[in-house]
Amino acid sequence: MERTSIRTVEGAGHIPAEVRANYESVIGLEVHVQLATATKAFCACSTRFGDPPNTNTCPVCLGLPGALPVLNKRALELATRAALALHCTVQERSRFARKNYFYPDLAKGYQISQFELPLATGGWLEIESGESKKRIGITRVHMEEDAAKNLHEGFAHADRYSHIDFNRAGVPLIEIVGEPDLRAPEEAYACLTNLKQALEYTSVSDCNMEEGSLRCDANVSVRPRGAEKFGTKVEVKNLNSFRYLQHALEYEIERQIGALEAGETVVQETRLWNVSAGRTESMRSKEFAHDYRYFPEPDLLPVRIAENWKEEIQRAMPELPDAKRARFVHVYGLTQDEAVVLTDSQQYADYFEAVVKHGADPRQTAGWMQRLSHLAEKTAELSEIIADKYGNVTAAHFAEMVGLVKDGTITATNARAVLAKMFETGKPAAEIIASEGLSPITDEEGVESICRGVLAKNPENVAKYRAGNEGVFKFFVGQVMRETRGRANPQTVNDILKRLLQRS
Amino acid sequence: MSAANAWTVPAVREALEAKKLSARELTAEFYSRIERKNPELNAVLALSPERAYAQADRIDKLRARNEKLPPLAGVPVAIKDVISTRGIRTTCGSRILENYVPPYDATAVEKLESAGAVILGKTNCDEFAMGSSNENSAYGPVRNPVATDRVPGGSSGGSAAAVAAGLAVAALGTDTGGSIRQPGAFCGIPAMMPTYGRVSRYGLIAFASSLDRIGPFATTVRDAAAVLSVIEGHDTNDSTSAAVPASDYFEEMEKPIRGMRIGIPVEYFGEGMDPEVRAKIEAGIELMKQIGCQPVELRMPHTEYAIATYYIVATAEASSNLARFDGVRYGLRVHAGSLREMYKKTRGRGFGAEVKRRIMLGTYALSSGYYDAYYLRAQKVRTLIARDFILAFEKVDAIVTPTSPTTAFRLGERTMNPLAMYLADIYTVTGSLAGIPGISVPCGTTSDGLPVGLQIFGPRFAESRVLQLAHAFEKANGFLI
Repeated sequence: MERTSIRTVEGAGHIPAEVRANYESVIGLEVHVQLATATKAFCACSTRFGDPPNTNTCPVCLGLPGALPVLNKRALELATRAALALHCTVQERSRFARKNYFYPDLAKGYQISQFELPLATGGWLEIESGESKKRIGITRVHMEEDAAKNLHEGFAHADRYSHIDFNRAGVPLIEIVGEPDLRAPEEAYACLTNLKQALEYTSVSDCNMEEGSLRCDANVSVRPRGAEKFGTKVEVKNLNSFRYLQHALEYEIERQIGALEAGETVVQETRLWNVSAGRTESMRSKEFAHDYRYFPEPDLLPVRIAENWKEEIQRAMPELPDAKRARFVHVYGLTQDEAVVLTDSQQYADYFEAVVKHGADPRQTAGWMQRLSHLAEKTAELSEIIADKYGNVTAAHFAEMVGLVKDGTITATNARAVLAKMFETGKPAAEIIASEGLSPITDEEGVESICRGVLAKNPENVAKYRAGNEGVFKFFVGQVMRETRGRANPQTVNDILKRLLQRS
Repeated sequence: MSAANAWTVPAVREALEAKKLSARELTAEFYSRIERKNPELNAVLALSPERAYAQADRIDKLRARNEKLPPLAGVPVAIKDVISTRGIRTTCGSRILENYVPPYDATAVEKLESAGAVILGKTNCDEFAMGSSNENSAYGPVRNPVATDRVPGGSSGGSAAAVAAGLAVAALGTDTGGSIRQPGAFCGIPAMMPTYGRVSRYGLIAFASSLDRIGPFATTVRDAAAVLSVIEGHDTNDSTSAAVPASDYFEEMEKPIRGMRIGIPVEYFGEGMDPEVRAKIEAGIELMKQIGCQPVELRMPHTEYAIATYYIVATAEASSNLARFDGVRYGLRVHAGSLREMYKKTRGRGFGAEVKRRIMLGTYALSSGYYDAYYLRAQKVRTLIARDFILAFEKVDAIVTPTSPTTAFRLGERTMNPLAMYLADIYTVTGSLAGIPGISVPCGTTSDGLPVGLQIFGPRFAESRVLQLAHAFEKANGFLI
C-alpha cells in the first residue's frame, strides 16, 4: 500500500552541494516492457516464465532455416493499448524492420523490431514534480521481440561452454522511448512509477521487474545550469529496479559533474550499472561500433491499424490512474494522499470501490484498507497481487465491518483484532465478534463499576490527576479497556472517568 | 529422352488405377533410374526411401480398397535442397548445413505429400540458391542430361536435370532471379515461377525473402499445373502468402487463346543474345501468331536497371537471411578460442566463394551511409520495373521473351567471371522483381541440339492465363516436331 519511499543516495555524495547546484541533469528513459500475451510475438509458443529451458520453442523462435514469423494480433492490440494510454499517435501504417547483429542469444542473427516507421509516436506521461505537475514527452513506442537468455553458470564445463535458453526468444516487447525531459533522479523515479502504473492498469504487462517484464535504461547528461545545449549523453543500462535507477542516476550525475569540474570531458558511451560495486562502468567500446543495418522485414507485411479497431481499443481502455485519482477525490471526498494510495494498483482501487458499493463510508474504508494492507503485507508475498493478498476478506464482509465500527457495534480497538481474524479465517465480522465475545458492553452501570474499581486500585494516580497531572488520565482509560477487553466504548469510558474524577 | 520421360502425372494415375503396377514398384523403378544415372549427373543429393516407400504403400492400400486416389497419388517427385524436409538432410548445397536435418516440413512439401506424391529425395543446387549454373554447390556441379559437358542452369539445376533425365516425374525448385525458369530452359522442360505469394515460403530456406518463390518442374505444362494446383494457397505460417483463390487450371488451359495479345518487349532482344536463340524465339513468336495470338511490340524502359537492382535487393536480404548460420545451434561449427573466432571460422569454412561475395555485397548495400544510395534506391527502381509491367499489362494479356540469352554453356566456362554469370539472369530478374508469374517452355533446339526456352509472363495471380498460353504453345510446338 505504501509506495516505496524515495531516499537520497549517500554513497555518491562527494560533490559538494553548492557545486552540484551549478549543474542541471538531463535524463531520458528507454523502457522495455514485456506484453502480457499468452503466446510469443511471431509464433504460438507459450510465454510462461520459469518453465524448463527450451521447452517453449518451435522452428520460428529457434530461428530454424525456412521458418517464418507471423504477427500475434494480441501483441499488436496490447502495444496499441499501451501507446494510447501514453497519449501517443498510433500510426495507421507501421513496419517491422530487421536489426542485424551477431550474438548467440539472437537465433536469426537479427532481431525483428521497428525502426523507421514505429507503431506510435509523440505521447506524454504526467508526473508530479514538487507541487506541480509536469508532462514528460514520449518520443515513440515500437514493438520488437525479445532475445534468448545466455546461461553461463551452473553447468559442467562452464569455463568453456555457455548454454542458451530460448524460452524467452520471441516474447513480445514494446520499447518506450522517453524525451529527455527529466531533470532529476526523483523525476525519473516518478516517471517510471507512473509508467509502470499505467501499464499495469491497462493490463499491457505484469511489469514484473524481477522476471524482466520491465527493463529500464537511461540516457543521462549534465549541463551548467541555465545552459541551452545538452551535455554529452551517456546511456546507462541494467537499471532493473527502482532502487537501481535512483542509485545509478545519482552516481552517474555526480560522476559527470566530477569529470567536468576536473576539466575533463564526458565521453559518449554506454555504461552498465554494477549493482554490487554501486557504480556505473564503461562497456566495451566495440558495442558502439555496431551498424545494425536496419532494413524493412520482408517476411512481414506492413502493419495497418484500422481506425475502427483503434477506436475499439480506446473504448475498452480502463480508467487510467490520473483520472481515477481525480475521481476518487471528487466523488468520494478523499484527500489527494488517500486517493494516491488507493489508486496504487487497479486491483486495490477496484476493491475500494467494491467495499464502498456495499454501503461503507468511503473515508473510513480508506483508513481500514490501510490497516488490512499492513496485515496482508505481513503475511503474504509482496509480489502477489492485491486480490490474492486479501484472500478471504470479501468486499461485502469488509463493508459490513466498517459499518459495525461506525454504528458502534464494535470498538475501533477491537475492530483491528476482528479484521485480523477475518483476514485469517474469512468469516464475517459479526460471527467473529459473537464467538470471541467482543460485542461492546452496552451496560453503562457495568462500565462505571469497572471504572470505579480502577480508580480505587490506583489512589496515587488519582491524587496525581487531581494535583493537575492530566497525563495520567490515559492510564485510567487503558486500564479500563484492558479489563473490558476493549469492549467498552472509549467515549463512554472517558465520560464516566471524567465524571468520577471530578466528583468528591 | 522420350523413353525416360514416358511418365507423366496422368500416365502414373492411369497405370495405378488400371493396376498395371503398384506405387511401390513405380517408386522402385525411379530409385533404380537414379542409381543408374545420378553418378554421372549428380542431380540428387539425398534419397529418402523410407519415407517414399511408406507413402507408396499408403497409396497402394488406397488402391487395394478401390478408394479415390488423391491428385498426385504415387507421383515420384524430387525436392530442391533449399526446401525443408522433416527427417531428410537439407544442405542448401552448402558445407555449413552438411549435417542439418530439419525437424519440420515446408508447407509445399507437406501439401505434395498429402496429395499423394512420393518424395524420392533432395536435388542438388547452387549453394543457398545463389548461382546460374549449379557450379556453386559444395557437393559438386550437376551435369545437363541433354549434353553432359554443359551446365543444367541454376540455381535449381538438380531439379531441372532430374526431371529432364526422367529421375522424377516432377520436382520443386525455387526461383529468386530466374532459378526455376533458366534451368528449365537449359534442360528443355517446362518450369514455372508462380506469383509471389501464391505458394507458401514456409520451410523454404531463404535467400532473398521478397523474391524467393517455390515452383514446379515437369515434362509437360499440364503436369506443372498439376503440381502448382497442389502446392499453392494461403498459409497461416507465411504472412506474405496470398489469399487469392486460384482457378481450375485444367479447365482454363483448354480454353482457346485466339485473339490474345502478347507483348514483345524490344529490350529483351538486345545485345549479348545468341543469334540462334533469337531465331528460335522469333520462330516461337511466329508460331504463337499462327495459333491466334496477336504480337504487340512493347517498350519497358526500366529493364536495363533490373540486374543491378536485383543484385542489390537480393544480396541485401541474403546478408541478413544467412546470418543465422553461425555455428551456434545447428550445422557446421568450427571450434575456436573465442566466440568471435568461432563465428569467423565457421562461416569462413562453411560458405563458398559466391555466397561470401553476395553476403559482402549485401552487407555493404545496407551499411549506414550507403543504405539510401543502394538499398533504398534499388527499392525505388524495383517499383519502376514493376510499374513497367503494370502498364504493359494494360495493353497486352501476356509478355513473351526469351528465358535466357544463351543456351546451356559449358561447365567452367563462366566460373571465373561472376558478372558474365549474373547476365544469364538478364531476362528473368525483371519478373522476379515485379512479383509476377512466369513460365519457361521448350522452344526448339539450336543446331547443336541444345534446348531454347521461351518465357511467358502474366499479370500477378494470372497463372491460369500463363499456363493456358504455355499449354497451347507446347501443343502447337509438338505438332511442328
